[in-house]
Amino acid sequence: MALAVKQKEKAWGKVLDAGLDETIKKLTPEKIEQVIKKALEKMGPGRLKTMVETCIHCGLCSEACHTYLSNDRDPTFAPVAKVKQTMWPILKNKGRVSPEFIRRAAEIAYTECNLCKRCSMYCPFGIDMAYIILSVRRICHLLGVTPLYLQDTAHSHAVTMNQMWVKQDDWIDTLQWQEEETRGEIKNPIIPINKEGADIMYSVIGPEPKFQAHLMGQAAVIMNVAGIDWTYPSFDGWDNSDMAMYSGDHEIMGRVKRAHFEAAMKLKVKKIVMGECGHAFRSIYDVGNRWLGLRMPPVPVIHAIQFYYELLREGRIKIKKKFDKPVTLHDPCNVIRGRGLHEMARYVTNALCEDFREMNPNKEYNFCCNAGGGVINCGPPWTKKRVISNRVKAEQMKATGAPIVITPCHNCHSGIEDVIKYYKLGMHTKFFSQIIVEVMEIPEKFKL
Amino acid sequence: MNQIAEWDWDTKEKYIADINEWRKKFPVVRGLVASDDGEKIATVIQTEDNRFTTCVNGDVWEETFERLWSLKFTPDNKFICLTYKDYEWALAVDKEFWEDRFDSAWNLTLSPDGKNIAINVKKEESYGVSLNGNTWENRFVDARDIALSPDGTRTATLIQTKRLKEGDIFGFQEGIWTVAVDGTPWDKTFVNVWGVTFSPDSKHVAVEVRFNLYDYTIAIDGKTWEKVYNCVWEPLFKPDSNDIIAPVKTSDGWTLAINGQPVWDTYVQLWNQRFSPDGRRIAAIVAPEYGRWTIAVDNIPWNNSWSDAVLPPIFSPDSKRVAAVVKESRNPFHMESALHNVEGNNRYSIAVDGTPWPGDFEMVWDPIFSPGSDKVLAKVEKNGKYFIAIDGRIGKHGYEALWNPVFSPDGEKLLIRCVEGGRYYRRVVPIHEI
Repeated sequence: MALAVKQKEKAWGKVLDAGLDETIKKLTPEKIEQVIKKALEKMGPGRLKTMVETCIHCGLCSEACHTYLSNDRDPTFAPVAKVKQTMWPILKNKGRVSPEFIRRAAEIAYTECNLCKRCSMYCPFGIDMAYIILSVRRICHLLGVTPLYLQDTAHSHAVTMNQMWVKQDDWIDTLQWQEEETRGEIKNPIIPINKEGADIMYSVIGPEPKFQAHLMGQAAVIMNVAGIDWTYPSFDGWDNSDMAMYSGDHEIMGRVKRAHFEAAMKLKVKKIVMGECGHAFRSIYDVGNRWLGLRMPPVPVIHAIQFYYELLREGRIKIKKKFDKPVTLHDPCNVIRGRGLHEMARYVTNALCEDFREMNPNKEYNFCCNAGGGVINCGPPWTKKRVISNRVKAEQMKATGAPIVITPCHNCHSGIEDVIKYYKLGMHTKFFSQIIVEVMEIPEKFKL
Repeated sequence: MNQIAEWDWDTKEKYIADINEWRKKFPVVRGLVASDDGEKIATVIQTEDNRFTTCVNGDVWEETFERLWSLKFTPDNKFICLTYKDYEWALAVDKEFWEDRFDSAWNLTLSPDGKNIAINVKKEESYGVSLNGNTWENRFVDARDIALSPDGTRTATLIQTKRLKEGDIFGFQEGIWTVAVDGTPWDKTFVNVWGVTFSPDSKHVAVEVRFNLYDYTIAIDGKTWEKVYNCVWEPLFKPDSNDIIAPVKTSDGWTLAINGQPVWDTYVQLWNQRFSPDGRRIAAIVAPEYGRWTIAVDNIPWNNSWSDAVLPPIFSPDSKRVAAVVKESRNPFHMESALHNVEGNNRYSIAVDGTPWPGDFEMVWDPIFSPGSDKVLAKVEKNGKYFIAIDGRIGKHGYEALWNPVFSPDGEKLLIRCVEGGRYYRRVVPIHEI
């Protein structure tokens, strides 16, 4: 049931991005070689070489990749081909590659791979493609070659510790303003700020205060009704996201993660509950923590899927009337394949919705939204390529016949909305929190 | 300490306020803030018409506001808060307002003696600082974080010097951030600045800087260390000196640098360095190996280490002992158990000179040394109640709310600020009765 989208000759054409096109002008093969040699020493060239040489070119990874499938099985989109076009020549030539090569490597690493790790599940050797591509990104970062929008986001993280240039006073204002807004939903809601010793620090990503503050209001409704002892910090560290992880700026990634963990420890909370974001979870339990020397987050971190699962299972929120439109569920890679929350996600979906229709494949075999891994953060120049390169997701979603796609991850949410629009699927995305607020029972004491 | 000596150390118990009554009287009572000497307890209350005011020891401020937050008592018991009314923020000290009004006001900071108050402010679409109501005339595109000098007379903040178009990554990388001290920006700008701090004599300011996307160092009064590093963390001045120490990342790992020169061994991580009161010793959090955390004192790590975290070290008044909050998980390598609460994981305790207390707790606050440096106590949480633990022994009484206890100057008694049965009490208790 292939959707009719012409893709011959790369339908998106040549994409201009000053973050790539202007920056390679400053490079020479000598400089590139010098930077790469130094970088490879740190990365452990043996590990990368072992991965590359272990590959037997069986091609099983190809069928796992949504960009390969969506581009009519164009072999250049196969995961193995992405490595062959980037890390292989880098290792083979000991870093002696041209600026044009780096431009192409950056385009592949930042816009054609979501680091979703689906291919690694199909690789007979379990080669960690995401690690290889992240290493390519690290090299690109060290050479200063990063898509402009992604680099701007990394700059925002560096200055503000959040990804959207949200100023310190704007954050506080948003918390207070959202409490006022929530008074229109329930009686006497509180959005606690800097409540030392609260059970939970709730954390969000930059786009929430910037563009989607209503989601913070909805979280406040859930927290108040469920009787959660929670708080937000008024200071930096409230944003759990970390696009520096994806741009390859490890030092800023670590700084952002340190601020996040230290905010929680300063507030003496027992755990962090993070909103519906996937990559943020990867950054706190896999990549960012490790750069800091932490095996695991120093404070337990619970993703929203797990949090809602616990609230529903324990009866802390009750359902008045289930959501009656048919829904399907997108499994975000970082919290499903990466964390194994798929059964909890289904528990939550079934608890909230009358008519749940699975996508196929699903759970840990889900196809990526093609927005994750920082790809959507590469910005508008790359949108067309991104949506065309995820036709399989469109087909998957369309086959369910459901008008609503639950996407418990911000990047998935925005990326899938783009896919829906491009392929005219007539569907819409929703977060779990939006459905919860719609169907939950409001106890008497909170009724207006 | 002098102020503490003047507190009432004789009255065994003072019943200050019935918090439960407040809860019955007002639709919403928010968090409680106790004064240092325990004589006062304050909160924000919400009125029937969804406005806010304060209640201090039952005294309700008649004036109401649209927003109200950032409550604090000064050491001499003045009550401060930030109020918002008719689209203007104002700082109130004992119900008296600073004359100046702001579009935004935050990062309320007090000098050590509490006599000086500084805040970050936004006014007329530009950002700066107000110290005791005197707002910087120079204001900037953005300002974030505030440092108030130890003598309370000077302020510094991180500022953005130039407005950029959205997505101007090249303009950003030219360096548009620096430090402004008393309203005057340093001449030199950087890609990033973080961790602003004053010297003990209030004359100098230091920050972390990033020159480009890769090179980090420390700048003092706008002048940078000669050496650059892969990364740095916050600088700290040595007491009675202008020497600066900061963690720096070299190709071998993290070490501690003094005035730009690495002087410690390298570690997987090193941060939150502290000087002893006499300035002769340095303690810092270190990870001697991946996933293990401890305290190193003068570059010698404690023999014990912990899986999850160690919090910033605290020196005893005599500079001889060091204590820190430590956190351990029995199964730290198993994702399911480490990330969620299972028995044996996420256990907090206190370690003193490397030796942990025998018990562990659900939460532990910073350790507090007695004036004679011989005892260590901490507020701890167990089974949802708050206790005082001394030298590892948990106290008899569990409280609904508890503020950090304070030792009497002779170290024989404790001031306990607590809520029991919905009532706030100030108690003075001999140590042996805890």
